[in-house]
Amino acid sequence: MAITDENIKLHNPTPEPGVEELVSREYKYGFYTDIEQDKAPKGLNEDIIRLISAKKEEPEFMLEWRLKAFSHWLKMAKEEGQPKWANIHYPEINYQDIIYYAAPKKKPKLDSLDQVDPELLKTFEKLGIPLEEQKMLTGVAVDAVFDSVSVATTFKAKLAELGIIFCSFSEAVQNHPELVKKYLGTVVPPNDNFFAALNSAVFTDGSFCYVPKGVRCPMELSTYFRINAADTGQFERTLIVADEGAYVSYMEGCTAPMRDTNQLHAAVVELIALEGATVKYSTIQNWYAGDKEGKGGIFNFVTKRGKCLGKNSKISWTQVETGAAITWKYPGVILEGENSIGEFYSVAVTNNYQQADTGTKMIHFGKNTKSTIVSKGISAGHGNNTYRGLVKMQPRAKGARNYTQCDSLLIGDKCSANTFPYIEVQNSSSSAEHEASTSRISEDQIFYCKQRGLNTENAISMVVNGFCKEVFRELPMEFAVEATKLLSVSLDGSVG
Amino acid sequence: MLEIKNLRVAVGGKEILKGINLSVNAGEVHAVMGPNGSGKSTLAQVLAGHPTFQVIEGEVTYEGRNLLEMMPEDRAKEGVFMAFQYPVEIPGVSNAYFLRSAYNEIRKHRGEEELDAMEFLKLLRQRAKLMNIDESLLNRPVNEGFSGGEKKKNEVFQMAVLEPKLAILDETDSGLDIDALKVVAEGVNQLRRPERATVLITHYQRILNYITPDYVHVLVDGKIVRSGGKELALELEEKGYDWVREKEAVPAGA
Ligand SMILES: Nc1ncnc2c1ncn2[C@@H]1O[C@H](COP(=O)(O)OP(=O)(O)OP(=O)(O)O)[C@@H](O)[C@H]1O
Ligand SMILES: [Mg+2]
Repeated sequence: MAITDENIKLHNPTPEPGVEELVSREYKYGFYTDIEQDKAPKGLNEDIIRLISAKKEEPEFMLEWRLKAFSHWLKMAKEEGQPKWANIHYPEINYQDIIYYAAPKKKPKLDSLDQVDPELLKTFEKLGIPLEEQKMLTGVAVDAVFDSVSVATTFKAKLAELGIIFCSFSEAVQNHPELVKKYLGTVVPPNDNFFAALNSAVFTDGSFCYVPKGVRCPMELSTYFRINAADTGQFERTLIVADEGAYVSYMEGCTAPMRDTNQLHAAVVELIALEGATVKYSTIQNWYAGDKEGKGGIFNFVTKRGKCLGKNSKISWTQVETGAAITWKYPGVILEGENSIGEFYSVAVTNNYQQADTGTKMIHFGKNTKSTIVSKGISAGHGNNTYRGLVKMQPRAKGARNYTQCDSLLIGDKCSANTFPYIEVQNSSSSAEHEASTSRISEDQIFYCKQRGLNTENAISMVVNGFCKEVFRELPMEFAVEATKLLSVSLDGSVG
Repeated sequence: MLEIKNLRVAVGGKEILKGINLSVNAGEVHAVMGPNGSGKSTLAQVLAGHPTFQVIEGEVTYEGRNLLEMMPEDRAKEGVFMAFQYPVEIPGVSNAYFLRSAYNEIRKHRGEEELDAMEFLKLLRQRAKLMNIDESLLNRPVNEGFSGGEKKKNEVFQMAVLEPKLAILDETDSGLDIDALKVVAEGVNQLRRPERATVLITHYQRILNYITPDYVHVLVDGKIVRSGGKELALELEEKGYDWVREKEAVPAGA
């Protein structure tokens, strides 16, 4: 018998389907909650901004702040338009075709769950986020944001005993205007970039957290963001302040229904750490990514930045980005205080036609400041994954150090990975170290696992989880398990 | 247990195995020897189901089932184990975690309850002691940074944990120091049970001093040219492969 295709077919096990033939597992969070909504008309103008501000019963200073941001945005939109420098491709967004405010009609009083629409409680329960305190993971306080508003914040009373403020942003604007005024926009100014300006003008809700001097927050704080309504954008704003010697660990999760049109999510997150304080911020981003032809999905254009204001302070970002059609985000740290530490640990997955341009900015001002960057990019299908990072040592950042490690893992041969590390060192006593690697999951690794009894799916998730280990071990326990599971779902069907 | 009939295998359009016949019964240990490039590893990989190697003719039955039809993981779950000549590294995955996943897959397949981390650790420690494996290796990533000999020992350790029915060891004795060799041999001997079988691929008669094979086969250029008892290995060592090549005309048989 000769070496012919028929002979080979006859004598060997049927090969498993290739990349193209495999259908990705269904997105578990793709459902829609039919709930009566209070929506603003489509479009963006001063009246809409006034409407948002009025709906939220905001003090005058907030409205002025928004309007000023809006004029910045108008100028940017006219002069440059959407940012074009990132390695992502998307159509020009029509900002007049978006709804900027959508909220469930039955407006809950935020201090009691009894007044929250049961439909909403059910929605969050279905997402794995029960809001009744007795049902929750003890040790995790949740702020649940549904489209433009926060619907519930748990464990508020317990945290208040320690002087910790954890509430929706809208509530903070009303009840703690002095703190909001003092810190809002000090890390990400409204004119920072196009999407930050847009967010500053129209942001609707998000979380606010203040941990007073010397207090170690005893539980994980978290916000769960849910986009539900169609044609709306979600513009959330989060501000976390850790006063001297305080510690807080914060986690953020996100999902959205499956739709074949793109939806915009443009958030701004600001973190502030005063002397000796530590803020740890973890994200699991699982927005709808679009279907396997690349139709639909969330545009995730986010500005996240922290400022280590005081000596010996520390800000640490950990992100697992598996969803969204396009991800554009660079959580960074401005290292102002002497000996302060900035960290960035990231896993970004792109499968099918997903695009991610993500990384970090570490800007060293203070003496002996230190930053660590560990980025793990995973591309499968036609995914395009870019790491873009900036490490900048200012002239007065004597003795500053950075260590950067960027690893890319490719699954299949139609995906791509790029690394753009920008390093600017402006004094001779500081140093930046960079390591990068690109590897492919090898057939031999998969076969080795299979020979020990694991199926292809488990074999891939084994190799991928191993690849991400340095990042996963930075996640709070509650998140680590979820991240592992999520990763195997987003990569399902990516190897033949 | 294992019946190979006229097995022909190609890789990259080149025929490597040119009609192998081999029959292995439960309780037996078969040694396979042969010069470099003769197809020993190819035989092992085909039995394990590596997709690169393509069967073009012949049959392989394992416990009455058509082995060639089964996916590699199903073969493993049914008790086929191969110790790799070149064990693969899996960065970031601890040896213990890897083995527990494998162990539990096999148990699930048998309809047995999975072991939790604590129970499994107990088992792992006990086997590690038996195999003289340093406990620190359990928590290190699979084969990453292992020395050549450690990798080989780790393969046999995995075998001791997974307790296969059919073990195929591909040059597991190469690169081992004398002590390690004895440990590995002991490991194989411990698994020697009436219901299990071993195929031992090796270049050296040395390991056969510790593991007495029931049969020795000589593989040259994709064919088994000679089979015999354990004395065949000694004879080979003395006379070299040219001796069997010359005799190739003589029909092989035990
Ligand atoms: N993936 C492959 N692609 C091309 N040729 C291959 C491949 N794998 C094996 N071969 C060839 O098949 C032949 C047999 O290889 P195999 O590894 O089975 O030999 P072996 O008997 O195990 O040798 P050794 O004693 O050196 O381990 C060799 O000529 C080898 O080059
Ligand atoms: Mg070999």
